[in-house]
Amino acid sequence: MSDGVEGHGNLLYGPQPDVAGAAGYPDAPPRMGFFTDTSVCIGCKACEVACKEWNAVPEDGLLLTGMSYDNTQGLGADTWRHVAFIEQRKPLAGQEPGVAHDDHDDHDDIDVFAAASRLGTGAASPGPGATAPPPDRAAEGAPAGEISPVSPDGRTELRWLMASDVCKHCTHAACLDVCPTGSLFRTEFGTVVVQEDICNGCGYCVPACPYGVIDQRKDDGRAWKCTLCYDRLGVGMEPACAKSCPTDSIQFGPLEELRERARARVAQLHAAGVTDARLYGESPQDGVGGDGAFFLLLDEPEVYGLPPDPVVTTRDLPAMWRHAALAAVSLVALAAGSFVRRPR
Amino acid sequence: MSESDVTRDGVRHARPGRQAPTGVRAGRRRRRRGRGEQPMVPDAEFSSYYGRPVLNKPTWKPLDIAGYLYLGGLAGASSLLAAGAAATGRAELGRVAKLGAAGAITLSLAALVHDLGRPARFLNMLRVFKPTSPMSVGSWILSGYAPLTLAAAATEVAGRYRLVGSAATAGAAVLGPAVATYTAVLLSDTAVPSWHEGYRQLPFVFAGSAATSAAGLALLAVPTAQAGPARRMAALGAVLELGTFQVMKRRMGLTAEPFEQGRAHRLLRASEALTAGGAALALLSARVRDRRPAVAAGAALLTGSAALRFGVFHAGVASAEDPRYTVVPQRERLRARGR
Repeated sequence: MSDGVEGHGNLLYGPQPDVAGAAGYPDAPPRMGFFTDTSVCIGCKACEVACKEWNAVPEDGLLLTGMSYDNTQGLGADTWRHVAFIEQRKPLAGQEPGVAHDDHDDHDDIDVFAAASRLGTGAASPGPGATAPPPDRAAEGAPAGEISPVSPDGRTELRWLMASDVCKHCTHAACLDVCPTGSLFRTEFGTVVVQEDICNGCGYCVPACPYGVIDQRKDDGRAWKCTLCYDRLGVGMEPACAKSCPTDSIQFGPLEELRERARARVAQLHAAGVTDARLYGESPQDGVGGDGAFFLLLDEPEVYGLPPDPVVTTRDLPAMWRHAALAAVSLVALAAGSFVRRPR
Repeated sequence: MSESDVTRDGVRHARPGRQAPTGVRAGRRRRRRGRGEQPMVPDAEFSSYYGRPVLNKPTWKPLDIAGYLYLGGLAGASSLLAAGAAATGRAELGRVAKLGAAGAITLSLAALVHDLGRPARFLNMLRVFKPTSPMSVGSWILSGYAPLTLAAAATEVAGRYRLVGSAATAGAAVLGPAVATYTAVLLSDTAVPSWHEGYRQLPFVFAGSAATSAAGLALLAVPTAQAGPARRMAALGAVLELGTFQVMKRRMGLTAEPFEQGRAHRLLRASEALTAGGAALALLSARVRDRRPAVAAGAALLTGSAALRFGVFHAGVASAEDPRYTVVPQRERLRARGR
């Protein structure tokens, strides 16, 4: 931190447009990051596998949770990408659950290819095509008086949410701030990486992370997390998870460009009737100064296991030090008060 | 869920009838105790991912880290007693306080190193100085404080180099309060709800607890005639600790709940009783010739202070394990901002 607690504004909190510059890189490349568009995630877990393979992340328990298709459960020392599965009684706009396809099927008039080709024409965006047909299409197709896959209020019953979670590479990263050894550092790409030859396993970064990302590897003692494939970035390659994603749900690139692309995608989804679509972690105004890896979600963040309003804990650190100093002075006063009477 | 028709040809109009909706009320079911304090905030509905925690809970071992918080407080406040004893000519009080501080800080350093995932790399703590990392600041404070207490204790035992000993005692008394209170920042500077939200009061709680423990040690081992400052320190420390802890819980809202539940609750109730009882007994012990009340008071104060640190530690871990304490306050914050 010798590289400037003073001199750069917003070192602990708030927007920080030049995160690498604030960390001491004079001519840094643009900040790189992930945009994870969960609306096109198919839950294939290719990202989880690719991450483990590329980074040689060890196996972390082969168990069945019984709660969903998610047996990975969450991010940790040995899980740097985690695909969440959420099964809800709440539809994506116009989603067709694909039941009751018999000869009474009244959806012969729906050409899914035509529906798909119409998507993306509403809002200008080169983003990947949406899987949902227009919102009111299915409802129209259901004749009155007959049971259809569409419930009376025009909503289908079930939807799947799948989302690939990852380290957020925060603008203000609590793990990095509290690391006492300097093992965690800011790269020239604005990402946050652990140096495994420095980490002494103090574990402070683990409870500091507001997202529950970084953790200590049991048999190894050190802390591990996503490096945003620092080794691949160094030679101009995209991270393993983004490379392996078959639907481009995980998009890698300069953060500014990703933010633009994400905004366009949200507009496109809203136009298609997916009013639940919202961005998470893209705003530099949020509690961590914006995430380097942000998301397009279709429900509240906490449904995906993400905190709704994370704040970097070091925002309050100056106040904490002030209170501790005051408490130390109180302790001295208390001790002095104990000695006020003359010895007998 | 809708009904499906079972016919000769199979199931028609079947909907996926899964009965495990996620989201609403998926949080861990909470036990409601008949007795004890009622929660300060009514139950709030919240969503979570299958009730799984948002945060990764601390990996620190309770005995090492809560023990370290306790011993650091004991050492820091003992250094103040030692300096006061030196200034007022209480030789026996000074001897006990110096030896106590040196012993406690040695044990606490051992606990810190033992808790590391890579103990052989403990010197990496001194690679950098980072004001943003309470652990870095603490490491540097300790690397100054520990040699001073050891020097003060060594000259006390040897009975030589009095001048060096006095300087070391004074130096340790300067750093001691920092050792006793920075540990509150260490806990608060995390995303753990029940540690972070109390950051304004926790240093004062720890300061009071440090005072009661150091006073307790002195009451155990110092003759009644010289233990006057320890008795007053016990009373003042107990008032500071118990008073600020109540204020803290009141200001924390929902995140104070883990202090009232399970193991943390038992530890903290025990701590309250031992600290209050110990302080009262300490004041009474001045009026009797018998040493036993003072010894009992000392033991109660030492145990009460330890129970406080373990209680706070376990409450924090419990708050990190339940998504309620992460999600609900953040939701309320968003609602207050009108989003």
